[in-house]
Amino acid sequence: MSDASIQASILREDEASFGDYFALLKPRVMSLVVFTALVGLLAAPVTVHPVIGFCAILFIAIGGGASGALNMWWDADIDKVMKRTKGRPIPAGKVEAGEALGLGLALSGLSVIMLALATNLLAGAFLAFTIFFYVVVYTMWLKRLTPQNIVIGGAAGAFPPVIGWIAATGTMSIEPWLMFALTFIWTPPHFWALALFMRNDYDDAGVPMLTVTHGRRTTRVHIMVYTILLALLAVGTAFSGVGGPVYLAVSLVLNALFLHGAWKIFRRDEDDSERDNFKVERSFFKLSLLYLFLHFGAILTEALLKPFGLGGW
Amino acid sequence: MSFKPQHELHRRRLGRNMGVGLSLAAFVVLVLALTIVKVTSDDFKFPQARAAEQN
Repeated sequence: MSDASIQASILREDEASFGDYFALLKPRVMSLVVFTALVGLLAAPVTVHPVIGFCAILFIAIGGGASGALNMWWDADIDKVMKRTKGRPIPAGKVEAGEALGLGLALSGLSVIMLALATNLLAGAFLAFTIFFYVVVYTMWLKRLTPQNIVIGGAAGAFPPVIGWIAATGTMSIEPWLMFALTFIWTPPHFWALALFMRNDYDDAGVPMLTVTHGRRTTRVHIMVYTILLALLAVGTAFSGVGGPVYLAVSLVLNALFLHGAWKIFRRDEDDSERDNFKVERSFFKLSLLYLFLHFGAILTEALLKPFGLGGW
Repeated sequence: MSFKPQHELHRRRLGRNMGVGLSLAAFVVLVLALTIVKVTSDDFKFPQARAAEQN
């Protein structure tokens, strides 16, 4: 081996930075995980020591990040085809797929063990199940097999508030499952709206999105049906242990707006959408982000008001 | 003694090493804080004491 070739192997121009490894953990998804898990933890009817609470949220976030890295490892082939994902560290050539696998496995083990030690075994077990569900059941098995992939993937994303609640209480009850259901039913209309205006991405990658397998008209109908179910659930949650007048007011306004958006999507055809470059679908997608954030924000507000005798009914 | 201009790659490697180092240091501090909180809580008992109570 000559000096020049040694030099070339040591000095890889596209060598990854710390930020590239961090990007494997899907920081934007992680921020949603942190927020919903925090709401689950704070809405629980027990007091948690701040250090233990901080550790719980951190390790849930790391577990979520680890499953993101494992997802990028498995999906590297389709990530390089899709516009939305081809800038990710593996398709961009900055990180090797094997490195993502190693990082994902190491952080999965670390997060599950540390969460179990910091809080309780049930919370650790739930985090392990969530990682397994997202990586094996969704990413490896069903994502490329069924057009209901988004519905199944939504379940994995909906677990953090349940884990947060269990980390605080060590037990189950109906309230965290209502928060689970809120995220679970919210996910399909959120992603199907995205699929409507990111037209060729999923077709090119061969991922059987509903828009590809059953057509765009069916997708619009599905968005409408899921939004109706979501509205019933979201408003109904106002009368549970985590709800209250603040939540009810927020939920009524948001669901009226969301139903109106879904109705407009339902009424449109492809020509209408093409004419204004999917303006309605894009604004519905943006509203969906605000929708989830404000619902969980309202649950958090109710929980924070309770010590002053104001939250809840 | 020569002072060669630093290659961009060295800065990237320094950033990566610093990132790993600081993450590990933060993890050590976190485990220490968690241990202190656990052993100073009211319901903490050493395993031997717990076993003696059960017998």
